[in-house]
Amino acid sequence: MRPGMQPAARFRSTHTSSNKKNPMFAFIVRRIAQAVMVMLVISVIGFAIKTAVGDPVRDLVGVAVSAEERARLSEELGLNDPLPVQWVRFLGGALQGDLGQSFFFKRPAMEVILRKAPATLELVLAASVIIVLVSIPVGIYAAVRPRAALSRLLMGGSVVGVSIPVFLTAIMLIYVFAIHLGWLPSYGRGETVRLTSWWETGLLTKDGLLHLVLPAISLSSVMLPLFIRLIRAEMKEVLEAEYMKYARAKGLRPWRILLVHGFKNTLLPVITVGGVQLGTMIAFTVLTETVFQWQGMGFIFLEAVERADTSLLVAYLVFVGFMFVVVNTAVDIIYGLVNPMVRITGRK
Amino acid sequence: MKRLLLACLCAAMLCGFAGAAHAKTLKMALDADPVSLDPHVQLSGGMLQYSHICFDPLVRWAKDGSFEPRLAVSWEQIDPLTTRFHLREGVKFHSGNAFTAKDVAWTLERLKQSQDYKFLFELFGPAKVVDDLTVDIVTTKPYGLVLAMATYIFPMDSAFYSGMDDSGQPKDAIVKTGPSFALTNESGTGPFAVTYREQGVKTVFTRFKDYWDTKSPGNVDEIVLTPIKEEATRVAALLSGDVDFISPVPPQDLERVGAHKDVQLVTMSGTRVITFQLNQKRRPEFADKRVRMAVEYAVNNAGIVDKIMKGFATVAAQQSPAGYAGHNPELAPRFDLDKAKALMKEAGYEKGFTVTMIAPNNRYVNDEKIAQAVAGMLAKINIKVELKTMPKAQYWDEFDAQVADIQMIGWHSDTEDTANFFEYLLMCPNKETGSGQYNSGNYCNPELDALVIAANAEFDTAKRTAMLQQAEKMAYDDAAFVNLHWQNNSWAGRKNHKNLEHILNVMDFPYFGDLVVE
Repeated sequence: MRPGMQPAARFRSTHTSSNKKNPMFAFIVRRIAQAVMVMLVISVIGFAIKTAVGDPVRDLVGVAVSAEERARLSEELGLNDPLPVQWVRFLGGALQGDLGQSFFFKRPAMEVILRKAPATLELVLAASVIIVLVSIPVGIYAAVRPRAALSRLLMGGSVVGVSIPVFLTAIMLIYVFAIHLGWLPSYGRGETVRLTSWWETGLLTKDGLLHLVLPAISLSSVMLPLFIRLIRAEMKEVLEAEYMKYARAKGLRPWRILLVHGFKNTLLPVITVGGVQLGTMIAFTVLTETVFQWQGMGFIFLEAVERADTSLLVAYLVFVGFMFVVVNTAVDIIYGLVNPMVRITGRK
Repeated sequence: MKRLLLACLCAAMLCGFAGAAHAKTLKMALDADPVSLDPHVQLSGGMLQYSHICFDPLVRWAKDGSFEPRLAVSWEQIDPLTTRFHLREGVKFHSGNAFTAKDVAWTLERLKQSQDYKFLFELFGPAKVVDDLTVDIVTTKPYGLVLAMATYIFPMDSAFYSGMDDSGQPKDAIVKTGPSFALTNESGTGPFAVTYREQGVKTVFTRFKDYWDTKSPGNVDEIVLTPIKEEATRVAALLSGDVDFISPVPPQDLERVGAHKDVQLVTMSGTRVITFQLNQKRRPEFADKRVRMAVEYAVNNAGIVDKIMKGFATVAAQQSPAGYAGHNPELAPRFDLDKAKALMKEAGYEKGFTVTMIAPNNRYVNDEKIAQAVAGMLAKINIKVELKTMPKAQYWDEFDAQVADIQMIGWHSDTEDTANFFEYLLMCPNKETGSGQYNSGNYCNPELDALVIAANAEFDTAKRTAMLQQAEKMAYDDAAFVNLHWQNNSWAGRKNHKNLEHILNVMDFPYFGDLVVE
């Protein structure tokens, strides 16, 4: 058997045996329990910082409104109750899928977040595509030709890339491509198409895609250097492996050796890091979205902080906590599929 | 068949071009969009800007400070408590309903219910409908500012807002905390009607085809408003041609925007005064007029305007900007470090003392930097300042609690009148009457209070002006607070916006209905 095929072959054998369904089930139940715990902890933290963010009532009224009027409004919103009481009320609502009402949007917080989520997910998706398309060829090239001038340039460039803060990259991109050259739009999502009641996509129109370019590049700039370096390092290691020499000796085409035998075996660490970084990337959208006026979750999060829209804030934190758990679970599952040597926890 | 198709295609394209040539769209980016479509739900600059787009007031401010007839064609005072307004004929609401005196009375009643507006209309009784086009606005006490207040009366379509919505809530309910009919529906008489809105993302205003003001030169058919909060992005959107109009223009970009070949920059001295209050209750030192005066002499407000505001502000020596009734041209900015030191010595504080100071860091233009600069200036007369800055969401509670000895506050007069500054910032704090609500300096001068109250009941403009100017002089002589500057307003549009400067004003209520785009 060719070494490169080993994991896939093992995977098939583990999956066909019949008694393996239960551990998977147990694993998922365990993860759901974990998700609930994470969300509970986050909601406690959210409530703890709530009062520090400020008083939402101030943002709802003009400056000249009297203290009595404000107190009345505060009472109406239930903000005068002790925090534990508010938290229990929040939990009660959360059990029925109600994460509270956004003070600013005057709509259920969950609805506000769900309506903004597609924008963020599309941005993260586009950035991920850029990362995959760029980091793989560049990483492999830099590993195969470590001494070439181009490799050195790319690696040097990636150091610069990783050390520039994302909002600066974003502003530089806007300056060059929107103002100076006038090729790409500078802000917003452009023309969107409504897919469902809450999902408006910018991926189906030319205008929407053009608007996506700069934000996606600036968001990917955060992670790109990391992935290039990771793939290069892993690839270098794999290139030294015996089976690579063997493949070369067999006279296989060079690209086949690199991609099928070489690159495939670097995937494991790449997926591990990728899974963790996907969460980080969602966090980084706060900055990118703010600079590009990209109407996603990160953008409304920052606005919610400024407006002291605390109910939206807590709902966002809980929702993102949930997403982190989902992403990590998915990565763990994929991880198991790619390399069954790593046993899913919960299996005897 | 093919030929027919081609002909159709050509025709369609021609129509498209023709349409493009006629329809004028103004793409506009502001720092925020109106928080709702209900003009009475919040009293703020953004909501008033919106009101001027979709509604028309009875009268509005002209550039020279006079009143321009809008839905009221003329008015007369028939007794000390009553002003009679004659209304315009043939005005239609966006819903198609006709505008009558009943709508004015209904709107005034609603304003008196609004949490944000009720204090402005405290002295107003119910309006009396005389006939369809005549309405008497009545005050409970003689009040010199009836016309100024009429600029806030944007008649709403009483028939449109009557009845119950689907959830059983009255359509005219003013709701700050939940959904309501008025928050998402509008029917005014204004030049534009809202045809699309996604809060925080985009609002489209389409020209109202039955707009009464057919003499207006305005030719904009559609306004697309996008809020862009990030300053650099807003400027980039203008310079790259993605939008045609932005406001405000951040001070650091004024030069760049002004120098651009397709863009015209308009700036005006604004009406929001930035001040520091010295708390006399917390610090006995500040109860000594000499110490307050020393602080006033130590603060180089011209330097702050020059270095921090990049000249984008007007140095202030009083609260009322030029053009306001109470603006006293005799009062000049004071800065003299030697004199400040001498005053400190005279008061027995040569060695100085330590005070605390708070300021917001995202409320006024460069607020944090200004506070730091003032702290540095006070160090020169040995007043050591411990400064804490915080976001506006946290600031006002701290301000109200008077947690620091020196507190920053900026104020824009809601009545565009001098008395408003005194009522909120300098009159003796009084929980019952609500005066001095933001007087965290606890400055209290009964003589000054009496003068301002008398001025409010005075109808003779010349006498009233003299009284308010006298009040400004008293505050100046007493060094009641520290004056910094009036923030300037700024807008930038395209060169083909022919009368841009004309439709803009110091209140920052652009009259977009009159904008001409070539």
